[in-house]
Amino acid sequence: MAKIKGAVVVDREKCKGCEVCVVTCPTETLALATEVNSKGYHYSYAANPETCIGCSNCAVVCPDGVITVYKVKVG
Amino acid sequence: MEKELRLMKGNEAIAEAAIRAGADGYFGYPITPQSEILEYLMEANPQATTGMVVLQAESEVAAINMVYGGAACGKKVMTSSSSPGISLKQEGITYIAGAELPCLIVNVVRGGPGLGTIQPAQSDYFQATKGGGHGDYHLIVLAPASVQEMADFVELGFDLAFKYRNPAMILSDGAIGQMMEKVWLKPQKKRSEEILPWATTGKPATRERNIITSLDLDPERQERFNLKLIAKYREMEEKEVRFEEFMTEDAEYLFVAYGTSARLCQKALQLARAEGIKAGLLRPVTLFPFPKKRLNELADRVKGMLAVEMSAGQMVEDVMLSVNGKTRVSHYGRMGGMIPTPEEVVENLKSFIKG
Amino acid sequence: MADITFNDIIKPENLTYKKSKLMTDNVMHYCPGCGHGTAHNVLAEVLEEEGLQERTVGITPVGCSVLMYNYIDVDFQEAAHGRAPALATAVKRLMPDKFVFTYQGDGDLAAIGTAETIHTCNRGENILMLFINNGIYGMTGGQMAPTTLPGMKSSTSPYGRDVSMMGSPIKMADIVAMLPGTCYVTRQSVNTAAGVRKLKKALKKAVQYQNENRGTCFIEVVSNCPSGWKMTPVESNKWMEENMFPFYPLGDIKVPAE
Repeated sequence: MAKIKGAVVVDREKCKGCEVCVVTCPTETLALATEVNSKGYHYSYAANPETCIGCSNCAVVCPDGVITVYKVKVG
Repeated sequence: MEKELRLMKGNEAIAEAAIRAGADGYFGYPITPQSEILEYLMEANPQATTGMVVLQAESEVAAINMVYGGAACGKKVMTSSSSPGISLKQEGITYIAGAELPCLIVNVVRGGPGLGTIQPAQSDYFQATKGGGHGDYHLIVLAPASVQEMADFVELGFDLAFKYRNPAMILSDGAIGQMMEKVWLKPQKKRSEEILPWATTGKPATRERNIITSLDLDPERQERFNLKLIAKYREMEEKEVRFEEFMTEDAEYLFVAYGTSARLCQKALQLARAEGIKAGLLRPVTLFPFPKKRLNELADRVKGMLAVEMSAGQMVEDVMLSVNGKTRVSHYGRMGGMIPTPEEVVENLKSFIKG
Repeated sequence: MADITFNDIIKPENLTYKKSKLMTDNVMHYCPGCGHGTAHNVLAEVLEEEGLQERTVGITPVGCSVLMYNYIDVDFQEAAHGRAPALATAVKRLMPDKFVFTYQGDGDLAAIGTAETIHTCNRGENILMLFINNGIYGMTGGQMAPTTLPGMKSSTSPYGRDVSMMGSPIKMADIVAMLPGTCYVTRQSVNTAAGVRKLKKALKKAVQYQNENRGTCFIEVVSNCPSGWKMTPVESNKWMEENMFPFYPLGDIKVPAE
């Protein structure tokens, strides 16, 4: 059965940790890091990368355009 | 259109001259005593011939901001109004000065303050020459004294505005706006198709994006910009001072007057000379830059200077600064739309002489 | 192939979404979670996809988005407070082949610039007016806006907006929709992916209508102001859905006849 695998790349230094992507993600892939970036923001990261389906919802709502999304068909 | 001699009102001459100078746009709002400019342009409908845009805006504020938008595209754009309307335009004018954009603003002055009168006055001199809006800036200010100059200063104003990337103003008054005189109109110029390198006309791949703004949140950079503006104004003072002299060679007393006041001082001069008073006249044509240097030279030769203005005494302050105490300076003026008679001016000169 | 790795996926041929090339590398000054950034991104995407960079002139307002010209790589003019539509009027009339848009907040468009807004729409200027409505003055520190909801607190309505004293919030999109000069009036949002995608469609329609000289396109984006509302971004979006959307319902208000 064909399956979609996605991956997100977050520009951690430019992320402001607003969390909008986290609540938008339908597969709970993203979370805010416990660590902070150099601006002091808890940046977003793929806490559960295996669940990503590459839907881009996170990147589309990101106010700072810091998320890049890839996806590939597997199987 | 060829060169042509016509009998016209000053306001109409401005409108016709704007079309012939190849202006790209006029944005205005009616106010007495200058509504003929917009009316003339609407009737002439230059959009159909030269392509010049003419638009009646919803307010003076909107009109000057349309000028801002058009000027930011590098277009030859203008507006006109009278005193209360010019006060409303000050917001836009300071932004235009701050963004270093060329444009032409016509003020056909009426008496104030407030709604004032609709009769001619020269009480907007401070507003025109000292900036008018907030911040350190100057307009190039041209003061016509005839219908011919109303026409000629449109092109001159645009030329200076583009040369210095600075707003220019024609500071006229209700008398010159409404009076009819013969005027030679220049042949029709083609509208420029040149795309200016700084203008916002859409960013091609070959250049960085152009940003027209008067905002800089960095005070050091903003101060450098202020210094650049001041250097520009100093250059204008070096190169663009214009004035006319009448019988100054042997003058012992000098009238200093512009616009309508300069016209009646020419008559006052003759009356004074007939009574044996050696009077002369200096008429500033540019009010900014002001003919400071020439007045300072003349101060060495005359016994006194009388500034004649239709105001409570505004230009007289620049005359005083120019002569810097070298000679006596006084002021005679009428206000509220009253125009002094030459006889009145001579009487005042006589009492000035007596001291 | 369950063992496909992260590095296998993030290859250029698998790229699905990346911010528009027309967005510059400057980090936006907006507060975390602010809808302005999202609106900028989607506008830049549309300008890029429609190939409009070379003929776009944008007009920025006074307010939080005053520095928008640092973020989108097109020619910009920065207007005085409320006057963007006046600038845009002249730009479009003098250069009718350009794509001209204004971008304004609620104070700019619906308070100090109301006359310019109404008359630009009434003349049917062939421009796109983008209106970001977050019901507060963000840049000056959270004062009451013309669109602040009844009872909503701000630094100048500290006990909540009392409509008997301060008037009711003004629905600009509904007002301009009544004017014959507007051809397309819609209210959108940017807090969800679906909302952003709808806004993108609306922006593409506005491009098409401007190309066809159909009149003024007016797109309101009901947005948030986490700092001004004193909420987290996620809370602010929830509050917006529960309070702003009922008062400013999303969807098309006026569409042109085909």
